[in-house]
Amino acid sequence: MTILKSEADVAAAVLDATGPLVIRGGGTRLVGRPGDGDMLDVSGVSGITLYEPGALTVVAKAGTPVSEIEVTLAKENQRLAFEPYDLSGLLGTRGKSTIGGVISTNASGPRRIQAGAARDFALGVRFVDGAGNIIKNGGRVMKNVTGYDLVKLMSGSWGTLGVLTEVSLKVLPAVDAMTTLVIPGLNPKQAVAAMSRALGSPYEVSGAAWIDGAVWLRLEGFASSVDYRAKALGDVLTSHGEITRDDAADWAHVRDAKPLHNCAAVWRISVKPGDGPAVIASLPEGSHKLMDWGGGLIWAGHDEADAATHARLQSTVAAMGGHATLMKADEAMRSSVPVFQPEAASVAALCAALRSRFDPRGILNPGLMAA
Amino acid sequence: MEMPIPDSTVLARKDRVVARLREVLPRDAVIDDPMETRAYECDALTAYRCPPMVAVLPSTTAEVSETLRICHEIGVPVVPRGSGTSLAGGALPTADCVILGVARMNEVLETDYDNRFVRVQTGRTNLSVTGAVESDGFFYAPDPSSQLACAIAGNIAMNSGGAHCLKYGVTTNNLMGVTLVQMDGTVVEIGGAHLDSGGLDLLGVICGSEGQLGVVTEATLRILHKPEGARPVLMGFDSAEIAGACVGDIIKAGVLPVAIEFMDRMLIEVCEDFAKADYPLCEALLIVEVEGSEMEINDQLALITDIARRHNPVALRESASPEESARIWAGRKAAFSAIGRVSDYMCLDGTIPVSELPYVLRRIGEMSKQYGLPVGNVFHAGDGNMHPLICYDANKPGDLEICEEFGAEVLKLCVEVGGCLTGEHGVGIEKRDLMTHQYAPDDLKAQMAIKDVFDSKWLLNPAKVFPLAVSETRRSTALAAE
Repeated sequence: MTILKSEADVAAAVLDATGPLVIRGGGTRLVGRPGDGDMLDVSGVSGITLYEPGALTVVAKAGTPVSEIEVTLAKENQRLAFEPYDLSGLLGTRGKSTIGGVISTNASGPRRIQAGAARDFALGVRFVDGAGNIIKNGGRVMKNVTGYDLVKLMSGSWGTLGVLTEVSLKVLPAVDAMTTLVIPGLNPKQAVAAMSRALGSPYEVSGAAWIDGAVWLRLEGFASSVDYRAKALGDVLTSHGEITRDDAADWAHVRDAKPLHNCAAVWRISVKPGDGPAVIASLPEGSHKLMDWGGGLIWAGHDEADAATHARLQSTVAAMGGHATLMKADEAMRSSVPVFQPEAASVAALCAALRSRFDPRGILNPGLMAA
Repeated sequence: MEMPIPDSTVLARKDRVVARLREVLPRDAVIDDPMETRAYECDALTAYRCPPMVAVLPSTTAEVSETLRICHEIGVPVVPRGSGTSLAGGALPTADCVILGVARMNEVLETDYDNRFVRVQTGRTNLSVTGAVESDGFFYAPDPSSQLACAIAGNIAMNSGGAHCLKYGVTTNNLMGVTLVQMDGTVVEIGGAHLDSGGLDLLGVICGSEGQLGVVTEATLRILHKPEGARPVLMGFDSAEIAGACVGDIIKAGVLPVAIEFMDRMLIEVCEDFAKADYPLCEALLIVEVEGSEMEINDQLALITDIARRHNPVALRESASPEESARIWAGRKAAFSAIGRVSDYMCLDGTIPVSELPYVLRRIGEMSKQYGLPVGNVFHAGDGNMHPLICYDANKPGDLEICEEFGAEVLKLCVEVGGCLTGEHGVGIEKRDLMTHQYAPDDLKAQMAIKDVFDSKWLLNPAKVFPLAVSETRRSTALAAE
């Protein structure tokens, strides 16, 4: 395999491909139907090309490690506010998560409920479509409605519409102080009630999770403001339980679903927050679970992976109008079930038509998202 | 601005179209009398007018679906319309089209504070979405200047922004789901009350597609609890350069105000005349607003005014009361109508990297002399979204053409310095022919491929967004297939 170093290399590799390609950044996100085909490794197309702290903008090639971007931003006291999760612990993968992988999977962490998702911070993309054409969309400015928004379409397309080669991102100031209010001993319903109350307050909660039976509510900002809001939010929530304040709570625990790392099968489920408890109630005995996004995101895990549980879960979630993705399972299971939530026929038809336009030969991660 | 020649075969089918539409819509919902269709001849880009062949005002998603199905079958172009406030000509009809207005669909369908969303019919105005939830302390964040009149349908079509989107984002960041009717009448539900898509992000590409992919009849919108308080501070400076440097320093200091607005002398004068907000008369005015409790507001403003003082402001005044804050914002939000009282004008919407503000403002000043037309500047400085207002005389032959040429040069400059043609108003017809300056042929082809997928006959709002020459084959092939 030749080492790809530039966008032109990627375009040539796609153009010359005679069969399916498996697109790889850092190799940390082995999710989806396992693909057969030649590896297209984008990790060599790497490096930050522009960083303007005063404009809150960074531009990086797709193979740039997220850690490299985070270190660069931290020097200017800025950060990626959507808090991308890292799947290497969960999946036991090595390698460095890349920014291209983060954007193409729309990987957003706990702060998604307040700041927005990865797709909301993506300002521009460059990519190579399935015919080898180099295409750009968006740019590096914060407001841009010039033509259709392919930036959003590429975010979360898991490489099935094109191979990302460069992304520009909006960044935000890092914060002075952070604290977490903890309310232990709540069942899922009580937890969602407390989180809804907090998220429906004016106190700008930047994380609302239920983990090991406790609700965590994160407040960030200037120290005096964090203190003020911690007190005010505590007052609002007194009827929901005993509240303690923890200035050192590790939100990476929630973000990367650490309590589920030893599970054989893991699902990531997005529903309306109020439906979170019902999703949890539907899980088989012995499941491991945590809720994020105020109850709207459920990470569920089981020691055994079986297709019947998976099918039941996706049909429960379908009835609620959300989606469940099988984030971890052995290859046999990922090959035999729909890893991503099956879509309504009309939506599936649009998606299939888009894929056939962007990738007419069907060579970009074929079947990864939908068979 | 060139528009396609009306298709005579479509015009010849008018009676058939009207008869078919009357079979599925209430009598008063199909308007074909030329005296009445005239009401739909333009949007807020009033320099261009053309009455449509027919206008329809459906009341339900089912009626929208029937309308589109019939037009699809007969091969009639359809131009969707919200409230007709587009500054880009997004709702400008062609003589052979059916205008589909969603104004009668304005109900709130569901309000859910626990899950923090509302579901509305898209003819509802932006401000009345907030109006439906504000007594319970909530609001819908995107706030275009036209929010009193503009419809959610148009906000979604253009991915509208507003003064406060520096903190809260634009429409696409606050839209969770839509009911979309495709040109062939198919009704599709995309997204919902949950966050993010489990598959391809169709919602993301529908938002901002200028009514070319489908007609959005219902929308699920994120609502937020209102902040405890908000207060603007006015800062006057001797030059745009100094104001620009001050904006950069505020952002780098780690405070993120909810809005940073800029006005130059011309705009300060006309807005002051209009709103009596007691704006300081100077070369460059910033309105910086912060939110939170009294204590949080004081802390943030202390930091911000400290930064401002380092740039030798000629004026620095915090709002002293909610009434004063309201006047300050009324003046800013009335900027377009205020200048409209003194001159005809064209409003541009290019966005540039914030660091390029002083250079671009200087170049615009030079071009203003060169073209002999005055320019006022008012814009969202925090995110580099400019709104140069070029004044011209509509009654003076040739003046509009000079103004358009000047405008095009400014937008090309925006692209040249790393920005874009439009930050929140949309392409419409206004910036259509400049698209080739921002995008290469393959970039445009990729966008048009999406329209091919959603609307294979190119019947929905077909003469917008893409330069006519670029989209011609697609439009004519689609019609010829009829």
